[in-house]
Amino acid sequence: MKVTLKLYATLSDHLPTQARKTNAVELDLPAGTSPAQVIETWSLPIKLCHLVLVDGVFVPPAERATRALAEGEVLAIWPPIAGG
Amino acid sequence: MGWTKKVLRVDLSKGTCKSEPLNMKWAQEYLGQRGLATKYFVEEVDPKVDPLSPANKMIMATGPLTGTMASTGGRYSVITKGALTGAIACSNSGGYFGAEMKFAGWDMVIFEGKSPKPVYLAIEDDKAELRDAAHLWGKTVWQTEEIIKKTHQDPQTRVCSIGRAGENGVMYACIVNDLHRAAGRSGVGTVMGSKNLKAVAIRGTKGAGGIKDGKAFMKATVAAKKVLAENAVTSQGLPTYGTQVLMNVINEMGALPTRNHRDVQFEDARKISGEAMHEKRPTDGKAQLVTNAACFGCTIACGRISKMDEGHFSVVNKPEYWGASGGLEYEAAWALGAANGVGDLEALQYANLICNEDGYDPITFGATVGAAMELYDLGILTKEQIGMDAPFGSAEALVKLSEMTAKGEGFGKELGLGSARLCAKYGKPELSMGVKKQEFPAYDSRGIQGMGLAYATSNRGACHLRGYTVASEVLGIPVKTDPLVTEGKADLVKAFQDATSVFDSAGVCVFTTFAWTLADLQPQLDAACEGGWSMEKLALVGERIWNMERVFNNAAGFTAKDDDLPPRLKTEAAKTGPAKGKVNGIDVMRPEYYKARGWDEKGVPSKDTLKRLGL
Ligand code: SF4
Repeated sequence: MKVTLKLYATLSDHLPTQARKTNAVELDLPAGTSPAQVIETWSLPIKLCHLVLVDGVFVPPAERATRALAEGEVLAIWPPIAGG
Repeated sequence: MGWTKKVLRVDLSKGTCKSEPLNMKWAQEYLGQRGLATKYFVEEVDPKVDPLSPANKMIMATGPLTGTMASTGGRYSVITKGALTGAIACSNSGGYFGAEMKFAGWDMVIFEGKSPKPVYLAIEDDKAELRDAAHLWGKTVWQTEEIIKKTHQDPQTRVCSIGRAGENGVMYACIVNDLHRAAGRSGVGTVMGSKNLKAVAIRGTKGAGGIKDGKAFMKATVAAKKVLAENAVTSQGLPTYGTQVLMNVINEMGALPTRNHRDVQFEDARKISGEAMHEKRPTDGKAQLVTNAACFGCTIACGRISKMDEGHFSVVNKPEYWGASGGLEYEAAWALGAANGVGDLEALQYANLICNEDGYDPITFGATVGAAMELYDLGILTKEQIGMDAPFGSAEALVKLSEMTAKGEGFGKELGLGSARLCAKYGKPELSMGVKKQEFPAYDSRGIQGMGLAYATSNRGACHLRGYTVASEVLGIPVKTDPLVTEGKADLVKAFQDATSVFDSAGVCVFTTFAWTLADLQPQLDAACEGGWSMEKLALVGERIWNMERVFNNAAGFTAKDDDLPPRLKTEAAKTGPAKGKVNGIDVMRPEYYKARGWDEKGVPSKDTLKRLGL
């Protein structure tokens, strides 16, 4: 299945160089892959995976290993950030 | 230095400056800055006063922690009846000006009356006098600061001033200090301009002093700084990406108001984000962002300092805009960008520089341009009326309109009215996206429900900084709540509003609350100020301040009808994103909120509530 992974702020360093311009990369994943599995495969520091959204909806830490991603969804991740 | 216990009263009509003792009974009840200055204001000013008449007053006030070694302790606020809103106004600014006021030995300066001719106030420690400002009238903020520093032959003089926007009656003029820090919202600069007061220049050499318990204060501030240093948001997130890191977050969440709130996601959000500011431009190989910056005493340093692309159409042959200067912050980038569909980062920074240089609020300005673009799109405003094509997304129109507004040139004069007056003038009042005539900031309340209630009930008109439930609904600070539901938001908004009232009255920056709670602020205040500042006392002070502001607004003529959102947010559902199909549930939340506040169904605080709060 096709899923878009978006990494922002300091996490964008983990993206391939050409993907940093858009902060996004298309992934082809086995059905049922969870956000936690993507985080592990990409060796993203867990502590920096603070805000995890799937299609804009927050996935709480406890659900990150069980929430199955679906075809066409967007997984977006930020380190601890704030603004105002 | 706790309180200096001195107030400077400036009668602009008579040209006098007098010192008086701070009312210490009120200081115990209202702390300082926002709370204490508002107490003075509501005691002295008729709520029905015309904001632009000499009978309106304007107070610049510090908090007890301003100028101390508390982190972010450099804040001051301007309290008046807002020109834009007709409601109580309280605009808070960082930089270095507030601390300098404290170093000169003043807790606050109260301006009353109206000078017969342009003047500026010069303060050097105890000495204060009004000086002729004929040579400064017509000058920009940047020119004014430079001229005053030269005249005083002291580069350490701190200056706040109005630009041409404040002189020319732009309804949302700011007071800008330290070149790019502003008491930005509600038209406090318009009030200053109406008084013929161009600037305030301060030099203070008294330093810190008057802390109740020096040792305990040192211990408390060091502990609180450690909390900021150990928190990932305040030690890394804010300094690295600034507030602008929110652009992509809020867009992904489907809460980025776009094209005058027609949409909730902006296709060019990434192009105008914090990430884009870090990227090298293809044109000159340089990133817009040069460095971060801090206000006085701040250990967070969220400020952005940027340099424009010298080849960008807005600044070609204008070297005065090529140097490093403030911006872009999230609110300005959103208002100048997504709100009117402009995805040209350089154009946004240019308009932002003009806002700083000429002293007007980029949030209200950007949102008003968005409203004008919608009127143009509907055929209500024509190319001839505006003086140019102004479709959504036009960077050229944004740039030109920013140049025309402060000077009151052509259609710029109408943009200077703000969106509420502009849309009413053209028969479409419902297209103004704001509350109490003040425009929304950068969060669409269809996607972040609590913010709808925070906007509707904000005492100074739509504002994110009176109760920033985004912290909870989006960022999970202090706990994560669901942004798409109305349940629990009444209590959440009240809690944020009351706590923020305390932070705004203490002299510290509200951004500390991404790491601090009241429990981190309390030991600092208790060590600095006499009177025993417990958590219970602070909680009561926060609620008292909120209700005092409310009572003033009610007496000024505001009613429950004014605690509402424009019809678009209540009837036109979000088209995309997680909030797709949703409107804001303000009508559900409002009665719950009134109840939580101890107000009747008309939004009037009950006798019991007033009594409990000592009002
Ligand atoms: S956090 Fe940012 S706005 Fe607040 S005092 Fe520090 S630099 Fe200024």
